[in-house]
Amino acid sequence: MTEPTDAISSTTSRGAYAAATTEGRQRGLWSDAWRNLRRQPTFLISAGLILLVLVMAAFPQLFTSVDPTYGDLSRQRQLPSVDAWFGYDNQGADIYARVIYGTRASVVVGVLATAGTVLIGSTLGILAGYYGGWLDALMSRVADVFFGLPFVLGAIVILTTLNAPGSTPGPVRIVAQVVLSIALLSWPVAMRIMRAAVISAKQNDYVKAARALGASSRRIIFRHLLPNCLAPVLVYATIALGAFIGVEATLSFLGLGLRSPVVSWGVMISDARDYVRIAPHLLLFPAGFLTMTVLAFVMLGDAVREALDPKLR
Amino acid sequence: MGRYVLRRLLQFIPVFLGTTFLIYTMVWAVPGDPFAGKCGERPCPDAFVTVMTERFNLNDPLLVQYVKYLGQLLQGNFGETFSGVPVGQLIVDAYPTTVKLAVVALVIEAVIGISAGLLTGLRGRGFLDNLVLVSTLFLIAIPTFVTGYVLQILLGLRWGIIDPTVSSEAAWGELLVPGFVLGSLSMAYVARLTRTSIAENLRADYVRTAVAKGLPPRRVVGIHLLRNSVIPVITFMGTDLGALMGGAIVTEGVFNIRGIGGLLFRSILTKEGVTVTGVVTLLVIVYLLMNLLVDVLYAVLDPRIRYD
Amino acid sequence: MSASMSRVDDQPLLVVSDLQVEFRTSDGVAKVLNGVSYHVDAGETMAVLGESGSGKSVTAQTIMGILDTPPAHVTGGSVRFHGEDLLTVSPERRREVRGSGIAMIFQDALSALNPVFTIGFQIAEQLRLRQGMTRREARRRTIELLDLVRIPHAARRVDEYPHEFSGGMRQRAMIAMSLALDPEVLIADEPTTALDVTVQAQIMDLLKEIQDERQMGLILITHDLGVVAEVADRIAVMYAGRIVEEADARSLYRRPAHPYTEALLDSIPRLDLKGQQLRTIRGTPPSLLNVPPGCPFHPRCPRAAEPCRTTLPTRVALGVGRASACHFAEEVVSRG
Repeated sequence: MTEPTDAISSTTSRGAYAAATTEGRQRGLWSDAWRNLRRQPTFLISAGLILLVLVMAAFPQLFTSVDPTYGDLSRQRQLPSVDAWFGYDNQGADIYARVIYGTRASVVVGVLATAGTVLIGSTLGILAGYYGGWLDALMSRVADVFFGLPFVLGAIVILTTLNAPGSTPGPVRIVAQVVLSIALLSWPVAMRIMRAAVISAKQNDYVKAARALGASSRRIIFRHLLPNCLAPVLVYATIALGAFIGVEATLSFLGLGLRSPVVSWGVMISDARDYVRIAPHLLLFPAGFLTMTVLAFVMLGDAVREALDPKLR
Repeated sequence: MGRYVLRRLLQFIPVFLGTTFLIYTMVWAVPGDPFAGKCGERPCPDAFVTVMTERFNLNDPLLVQYVKYLGQLLQGNFGETFSGVPVGQLIVDAYPTTVKLAVVALVIEAVIGISAGLLTGLRGRGFLDNLVLVSTLFLIAIPTFVTGYVLQILLGLRWGIIDPTVSSEAAWGELLVPGFVLGSLSMAYVARLTRTSIAENLRADYVRTAVAKGLPPRRVVGIHLLRNSVIPVITFMGTDLGALMGGAIVTEGVFNIRGIGGLLFRSILTKEGVTVTGVVTLLVIVYLLMNLLVDVLYAVLDPRIRYD
Repeated sequence: MSASMSRVDDQPLLVVSDLQVEFRTSDGVAKVLNGVSYHVDAGETMAVLGESGSGKSVTAQTIMGILDTPPAHVTGGSVRFHGEDLLTVSPERRREVRGSGIAMIFQDALSALNPVFTIGFQIAEQLRLRQGMTRREARRRTIELLDLVRIPHAARRVDEYPHEFSGGMRQRAMIAMSLALDPEVLIADEPTTALDVTVQAQIMDLLKEIQDERQMGLILITHDLGVVAEVADRIAVMYAGRIVEEADARSLYRRPAHPYTEALLDSIPRLDLKGQQLRTIRGTPPSLLNVPPGCPFHPRCPRAAEPCRTTLPTRVALGVGRASACHFAEEVVSRG
């Protein structure tokens, strides 16, 4: 009676082999990508910029000793000078200090919204792609519904719905609401990317082999599908992070996002809105920082995508 | 093909119902008094509240309200605002302006985007390629309102080339700069999409065949290469028209254009639920129809696609 | 007739001499062709034989002027068609020669035909643009051409797209397209590789027949010795960007003059040697970025000796129309 034991041992070894090849492929892909990235100037520039932005978000006091909330109306809307590199805003507060301190809120919104989008989208995308059938059909239609809503409109409706006009929600609450509305309206994109990746990965022989060998769905998803399908979603996430920081500012610009006394780029832009014609520097400095940050993330995403997909070069 | 179109139209029904219901719920199911602030500073008189509750079926359960609303909508009746203005009239007033703006944006994004993509895709790596890549990156990174304000300040106020705001007639010429602002993000995508597509197809075997046949370069590029490369670009632009109309809200705000975006924005802030639902429904219909159109166009452009 | 110059009688129709091509990539410069020379005359079939990467297709693309530049750069040699060096003429003149002077059939007709235009459009296009035919004339001629390559119901199929054709029919359409402008030389780059074996024979027969009829010069590029045997007049064997042996088909099969040819012949299954172990060529072709010194074949060669490792063998003439680039050519040929 040696047959069953043999079968089992060969099963495990083959299972291990399948897993090993998956890992080998992964390691090859990522280490190749890393080697490519290190040589790319766009990657180095964008990574440097992002690092700077993150440090600014974490330790604003390293960059300025001025209190961003202290305003002196006597120096209202003064132009940039040696004392205040970026000039003073409508309340007479130092724009440079406000821009530095504003980084944190913008970055936090971007990171959380991206995390939410990717989490919701990938989970649903994996489930839809892996199980297919009616579950896929249902989720794809639901995704269509959310995708069909114009982004800004959807966010406006959600934010006004959650806050009756005239009410003043606290900073934590409004951040949560902005993050929620962005994630709610963006997950279909992440889901579609993940779903497509899973459907194509599912056809691979090592997944079929693992299935034939009786691996559980959970094991196949976590061990085989997830590592192979992560790359496109990560690329999307990087670019989306930049885009979401821009969205936060747009919502603030429309008077719906974060509000004073929270210091964020969006709030600064929103406050500058009515003075754009007489004091453009109120708008241009926060907008410039915003643009550079978004640019850095988009560039990083571009570089990573190129590194991961050699066909594009 | 006919059957495919029919099937797609049938698929639209759940998406259409889902989207409108979602909007309806979000607009009407808000906790709080729908009449707050509707009658100036004081609370509304009871008589008014009774009439309005009756008119908007506010005592019915949400689903019943929605079905009743949908019934009216299918008869072409968009309902009335709280002050009794027909929403259909508001939409008819605002819609053409936004459509015009979106079309201007689409044309600008097609002309500039495709030319830039074509030029860089054909030339390959080099100064021009880097220039276009960097400028598309900036277009993607700069928020619309910044582009809008900067152009408004420079062209309108400093140099006086354009009027800083658009008149109520919204002539085509006045919409050029706002259209550019609205289309700038998509323009960047179109340029990159065209560039990738051209560069990919440039090495395709059939392009080599066309050269080997002794065709003039202009024909190789203009007929064989371009025809294949524009397929994804046209697909993108088709779905983009809906997005442009929905996204016009910021551009309309900056240039003071009286379009659908402004109407919607005001309606949301004043809780004019009927207007919001009507406008968004219309936008969703445009979006869905454009999607269908793109699918059909795709089959026309690429004979390999057969839907039946 | 074609726009080519008057025939220079003491020269063959098409002469490729000492062609040098390199690929400049980020990993280094690969010398893909290192002095390739061959010729073809009217009514003659010249087979170019070699493994993938030996440079046989690159030679054909250089003749047609359809190399991808960059990375490919022609660094030396000439391609004389009716005595005129195509590598130095104006781009316009070069274009005139394509299609009407020299035409080409590609390996994979599915990717070589434009997917979004009908077969008819793609053939008629040349007739309209190059010969000034009207739409109606071009269409009539296109149907004739499709008939000629024996595509059934040509009048109907002319309006179909490439993906609606079967593999064999697609290759026939490709042949019809290459014949549209009555070329004097036809280059067929692995015309049957992508096809089923039964279809392969039909296509080769068709090519042969058309060539005989029109007295075209045919350059047949292939890695398949079986295909070559029946149709080729002369054969050039390529290895690592060089022609290592050139001979008439008969002598090459009987008495190969290069160990590489010998090895290739040994690796064909033969009915008369049934039951014996099939011999294969050990090793793999060299990377063109890093060609071994001396004779590039020496690491795989069973006869390799001291000079092979250090000195590049020159072309040794072995009687009329025969040559071999091997230090031991005489030995090899006499042993076979």
